[in-house]
Amino acid sequence: MSGPSHREGAIGLVRANLRRDRIRIGVWIAGITAMVGVSAQSVKALFPTQADLDAAAASSDNPAIVAFQGPPYGLDTVGGQIAFQIGAPGLVLVGLMALLQTGRLTRTEEEAGRLELVRSLPVGRHAPTLAAGVVVGAMCLAVGVLTAGALVVLGLPTAGSVCFGLGYTAVGAVFMAVTLVTAQMSENPRVANGVAGLVLGASFILRAIGDAGDNALSWLSPIGWSQQTRPFADERWWPFLISFGVTAVLFVAATKLEDHRDLGAGLVAPKAGADRAAPRFASPFALALRLQRGSVAAWAGGTAALALVYGGLTSAIESFIDDNPQLEDFFTQSGGDIGDITSSYLATSAQVTALIGSGYVIQSVLRLRSEETRERTEPVLATATSRWRYWLGHLAVAVGGAVAVLVLSGVVLGASAAAVMGDGALLGDGFAAVLAYLPAVLVMAGVPALVVGVVPKFSVAAWAMLMVTFVVSFFGTLLDLPGWVLGISPFDHVAAVPVETLSAASVAGLTAVAAALLGVGAVAYRRRDIPA
Amino acid sequence: MDEMAIEVEGLVKQFGSFRALDGLDLHVRRGEVHGFLGPNGSGKSTTIRVLLGMLRHDGGTVRLLGGDPWADAVELHRRLAYVPGDVNLWPKLTGGEIIDLLGRLRGDLDEARRGELIDRFELDPTKKARTYSKGNRQKVGLVAALASRTELLVLDEPTSGLDPLMESVFQECIKEAVDEGRTVLLSSHILAEVEALCERVSIIRAGRTVESGTLDDLRRTSHTSVSVRTERDVDVADVDGVRDVRTEHGHLRFEVDNARLPAALDVLTAGGVLSLTCSPPTLEELFLRHYDEPGTAPDGDDLQP
Repeated sequence: MSGPSHREGAIGLVRANLRRDRIRIGVWIAGITAMVGVSAQSVKALFPTQADLDAAAASSDNPAIVAFQGPPYGLDTVGGQIAFQIGAPGLVLVGLMALLQTGRLTRTEEEAGRLELVRSLPVGRHAPTLAAGVVVGAMCLAVGVLTAGALVVLGLPTAGSVCFGLGYTAVGAVFMAVTLVTAQMSENPRVANGVAGLVLGASFILRAIGDAGDNALSWLSPIGWSQQTRPFADERWWPFLISFGVTAVLFVAATKLEDHRDLGAGLVAPKAGADRAAPRFASPFALALRLQRGSVAAWAGGTAALALVYGGLTSAIESFIDDNPQLEDFFTQSGGDIGDITSSYLATSAQVTALIGSGYVIQSVLRLRSEETRERTEPVLATATSRWRYWLGHLAVAVGGAVAVLVLSGVVLGASAAAVMGDGALLGDGFAAVLAYLPAVLVMAGVPALVVGVVPKFSVAAWAMLMVTFVVSFFGTLLDLPGWVLGISPFDHVAAVPVETLSAASVAGLTAVAAALLGVGAVAYRRRDIPA
Repeated sequence: MDEMAIEVEGLVKQFGSFRALDGLDLHVRRGEVHGFLGPNGSGKSTTIRVLLGMLRHDGGTVRLLGGDPWADAVELHRRLAYVPGDVNLWPKLTGGEIIDLLGRLRGDLDEARRGELIDRFELDPTKKARTYSKGNRQKVGLVAALASRTELLVLDEPTSGLDPLMESVFQECIKEAVDEGRTVLLSSHILAEVEALCERVSIIRAGRTVESGTLDDLRRTSHTSVSVRTERDVDVADVDGVRDVRTEHGHLRFEVDNARLPAALDVLTAGGVLSLTCSPPTLEELFLRHYDEPGTAPDGDDLQP
């Protein structure tokens, strides 16, 4: 069923894809390479002597940090520290790049009907899948080669640099293939990207548990496979066989699945639905809720799962500190007592949770724009629905959903920490740690609201805010960024509850900024052309 | 009550440096079906979006049902129903749910009529919108709009993608709407539909109205095709308003503006007429004249793609 004729036209499609997405592709590759290069340079600067490295190695090798970063290999070398500090977030980013770009080139094209036009040309059934694989595979390769090159230029060992870069390529390849498979399942591109995103999230969680524990679960994670190659720490190359083997198997599976479905259809046939709308399905809010409830549930579920894992690992840090009393100083250098270790761990977990909540709220607010570009806004506004009510309906779902994500993950983080520690007070601590980020997450809702209102054509730029916050949160100190850059991130103004106490001024300040962004966004949305 | 449902004078809409509407006029009387015609990209949908308060206009005046479409959008929208040319639906909602939602948001959904229209258009309201064909999506939009009792229907190429059977159901529905005294603005490329439904039409090109009136008026002010045999050779080419002079199968054929027809006939009579056929322009010729001829648009612009 998969003869050469089914692949015909793939080369032309590769060219078309590259031409169409050249900027997007370039930004991904350059961005990730630059991030690795700059971070690596910072790590070098951070540990000028072997004594510094030894101290860092002693302090980094604990389950809590490991759960966030990855397995601790060769931490007493600059390369090992680089792989440890920027490995995991970078691997997630590369996975995300591969996932989003693959979804974009496959199911999104198919749903839009453009693939039908393409397939009416002398283009084989598997050509679009193959072309997407080639383009995304080349992106992953470019990321790997360039990051490896950057590390070599910075004077790091060649073998380790290549291993590190290949690790990025491998994780990207796996998630490219995963998305090619999920793209076959449903005719809805959101499902394709969403399921692939769940796999990415699960990969991160599995390796977090595995790395903090006995490593076993790490071997179920594509992120883990790359990390287990131990770049800069006596590299081993065979885990790449797993990554690329799985990629090949998934790729073949995708083409097999493609043989068994019609163009435009999924493998799961859609069911007949209601012939009448439920009585309360009669407002812009009800519409927005209906459109996004699945997405709210998925984000809340995913975030809660992560919170459960992090909460559950709380006991591991405590016992680790007990075994290594010399580390107490490291964790309590701010002058706190041993209780602060759990607290600062909870605060860090809360930050990760809030970052994911921010991702939800940005994509949810941007739904306002995607509805508009898909020409679904006009029919609603042509009814007796004011723009204000329409806008408010969408924003209510976005903000309400963000509150739900934070509350749920706060409760889960606190409850799981309390359960493993047998200390009921941690429930409140965990909950408060996450909820402290609510005003900052509201700012995160305000940014896309402002952009959609004022410069709708550049709505996608709202994601830059998340990237900035991500970089500041994870690489801020590493990159030695100036204070004003750190200040752009709303998270930088949030008190690290329960280590610090909530500052009324920062809550009020962030809330005021959020209100201003939302207000200007709403007014602009009411005054502009639709569609714009 | 105002005699006019829609009054547009000198409407201007600018998108950056592109002037989409350039002094457009449109007058729709209450109770009539008004055809709104023009080539692709001539500004029909832009005009309709201004009428719906989606776009702000940069010049001219616009009145819709006696109100300002931008400022009074919500109040006016209770009194109108709209069908876009490309009905885009939420993929995971069913057709039935969408019809209910839009009707409820308008505040005007006639239950009996809803059921009747679903039957007449043979629409399956239980299917998810994702699975509807173009024609079926269009039916959802039509049922949602026609199931109302609003005084104005704004239809932007509403029948694109419908099969001929459904096209005739649509025409019946519009005739019924007019019998109830409703007003219809119908943008369309389907000339048979326009001829069957519209009393008056406005033809626009490059953002301007080039012709407006009843179809009879348009025919009158247009041209006549003449085919004639005469005893002696005649020279009609010099007569003002005569075009396309040629000889086919021994017949002299030409087109002449209706206003100049007497002058042309004088020349023919002088030559001794053996046989003479005069035919009014077909609707198609009427439209093609406006769509095609560069000289028709005041600025002679080419069509916008």
